[in-house]
Amino acid sequence: MKTRILAATFGVLMGTTATVALAGTLDDVKNKGFVQCGVSQGLAGFSQPDSAGNWTGLDVDFCRSLASAIFNDPTKVKFTPLSAKERFTALQSGEIDVLSRNTTWTMSRDTKQGKFAGVMYYDGQGFMIRKSLGITSAKQLGGASVCTNTGTTTELNLADWFRTQKLDYKVVSFEKSEEVVKAYDAGRCDVLTTDASGLYAERLKLTKPDEHIVLPEIISKEPLGPMVRQGDDAWFNVVKWTYYALLTAEELGITKANADDTLAKTENPDVKRFLGKDGSFGADIGLTNAWAFQIVKNMGNYGELFEKNVGETSPLKISRGINALWTKGGLQYAPPVR
Amino acid sequence: MTKRPDGLGADVAPSVAWYNDPTKRGYLFQALTLAAVIVVAWTIVHNTAVNLERRHIAQGFGFLSTTAGFDLAQESISFPKDASYGRALVVGLVNTVIVAVAGIFFATVFGFLVGVGRLSHNFVISRLCTGYVELLRNIPLLLQIFFWYFAVLGVLPSPRQSLQPIPGWVFVNNRGLYLPEFHFGSFAGWGVVGGLIVALVVSWAIRRWARARQMATGQQFPAGWVTLGLVVGLPLALFAISGFDLSLVAPKKSTFNLSGGIQIIPELIALVLALATYTASFIAEVVRAGILAVSHGQTEAARSLGLSHGQNLRLVVIPQAMRVIIPPLTNQYLNLTKNSSLAVAIAYPDLVSVGGIVLNQSGQAIEVIVIWMAIYLGTSVTTAMIMNVYNRRMAIVER
Repeated sequence: MKTRILAATFGVLMGTTATVALAGTLDDVKNKGFVQCGVSQGLAGFSQPDSAGNWTGLDVDFCRSLASAIFNDPTKVKFTPLSAKERFTALQSGEIDVLSRNTTWTMSRDTKQGKFAGVMYYDGQGFMIRKSLGITSAKQLGGASVCTNTGTTTELNLADWFRTQKLDYKVVSFEKSEEVVKAYDAGRCDVLTTDASGLYAERLKLTKPDEHIVLPEIISKEPLGPMVRQGDDAWFNVVKWTYYALLTAEELGITKANADDTLAKTENPDVKRFLGKDGSFGADIGLTNAWAFQIVKNMGNYGELFEKNVGETSPLKISRGINALWTKGGLQYAPPVR
Repeated sequence: MTKRPDGLGADVAPSVAWYNDPTKRGYLFQALTLAAVIVVAWTIVHNTAVNLERRHIAQGFGFLSTTAGFDLAQESISFPKDASYGRALVVGLVNTVIVAVAGIFFATVFGFLVGVGRLSHNFVISRLCTGYVELLRNIPLLLQIFFWYFAVLGVLPSPRQSLQPIPGWVFVNNRGLYLPEFHFGSFAGWGVVGGLIVALVVSWAIRRWARARQMATGQQFPAGWVTLGLVVGLPLALFAISGFDLSLVAPKKSTFNLSGGIQIIPELIALVLALATYTASFIAEVVRAGILAVSHGQTEAARSLGLSHGQNLRLVVIPQAMRVIIPPLTNQYLNLTKNSSLAVAIAYPDLVSVGGIVLNQSGQAIEVIVIWMAIYLGTSVTTAMIMNVYNRRMAIVER
């Protein structure tokens, strides 16, 4: 009896050692039957629950695309809302499989904290201020109090920018973006700073959105994209090529509406390879050959996702700008499927 | 039972199997317990280390000397533009200490007033104090912090319409409380500080001497008045000799905020108010319990010795009440210090808040958490030690 208890105790101890040995994330995801996706705690256009509790937004749709590629079912995603501070620990500890949370691609993050799989949105940091103060340029902001998020690149860019401009400022930094907006609205600071896309989204939450303007200066590069853990190439490939598939679909003119039709009728070798009629590109990354078709059929292409969530038809009304495809003068560019 | 061969003395101990010998069995179980603890601890530490190694999470404390690159809302010690993460954590620690010290001070004052007030014979005062205690100690602290923060922000005007309790010198707005900065001339500054120190040392000596004389001769000496005069008078006199060499720098309005002067940010005000009023409700109960623990016979005895009401309180009741009050009071001080970490909710840059920024910017989660725990443990143990020393001084001297 005693020996059995001892053996059980040892089993438990060894068990702890065994469970931490990670299988590949792709296999884990297939086994549990869903993708665990880290998103923001609420940023309009990127990741926000709607009135029915369904997550919507560009970052959310990326995770749904990922689920479509793996399971041919965009609902096989579970979302974990994370603060800016929690996000990397959640990713590193394995709590989430992919971090799709308007996170800026920087060198230190890409080399130390994870791997960026692509750029869903090319952003830049801007300033919002009350119209009544009569400020027209960020260079007039000397002495202002600035509300921002802790633990973000925004906070660091802010310090750098005021330093290079040789201007004074006072920072007030909160952990949740919701608190930042609330404090700005209450008049705790003169200026709200975050990524420009975020400013347009946050402005909708203010009591009187019309009384605030976004200043013209963009003070930083903020390429926002999905991130995965280091040292898991198979999973990294799946996430990276899901992003490229969204771009390629737009480039090839395949939309949610015409996907079935295109698959049936196409003679274009690029399209045939992309939709899985030719070659075994999907199988090579551990998915089915119809992986890209599943993404487009369920979700649409990058342009469709952009328009739906943040584009001119959405409440945010952001123009494509540098987020247009390279063929239209933007920066979005995918390597060929070959 | 065997007799000793020489036929003298006690019986030889009966031979017992070792596992039935209570002493040896005791050693065995202690050894087993110790071994179990060591195995569990080693497994935890080893597993953690291996997993951290595998995921490249922990990389040691080298990052502390890397440039931080961010700014903080309240920089209580200088935090230059190229300061390191380590320096940022020190600023956070100083900010935490400021909140803890200010919070403990106000909580003690409010707590004693309310605690004594609850025992008052005046119906209104005692019921008001009871209401205060019941209201404040039954609402979660985080809600109270939010209440104070948004109450402070909501009520106060923007910097352009600042309230001016002392026009031109003191300003109040939703960016905080602005006070003029004091600049003593060099002689005046040293005179005031030096004079104060000298006065304190001399006062202490006078009190000792007066007490010894009273013990020996029964004659009293008005030590209280003399020392008060010294502590106030000496620095003031030296300040006067320097020709009142003091310049005040008032805050001035600029485009957005006020510049110059001393700014006390609303986050600090809200946090200290919330912590002090919340903890005061607990301290009030501790004080009330302490006073009620002194039996009424003590007061009657003091009266019959001819002590006045004040002397009775000062010499008889409070010293005995303190013995009951100090240990639970220490707990309240420790709670207040630890509760100050709720600052993170309202953007006050305390140790937890700054540590969170460092954690996120550097990605060194494990190291930062170790630092947090070590510092809170350190400050709590220090507070407890100081209070234990005080407690020992106040304890009954056993003869």
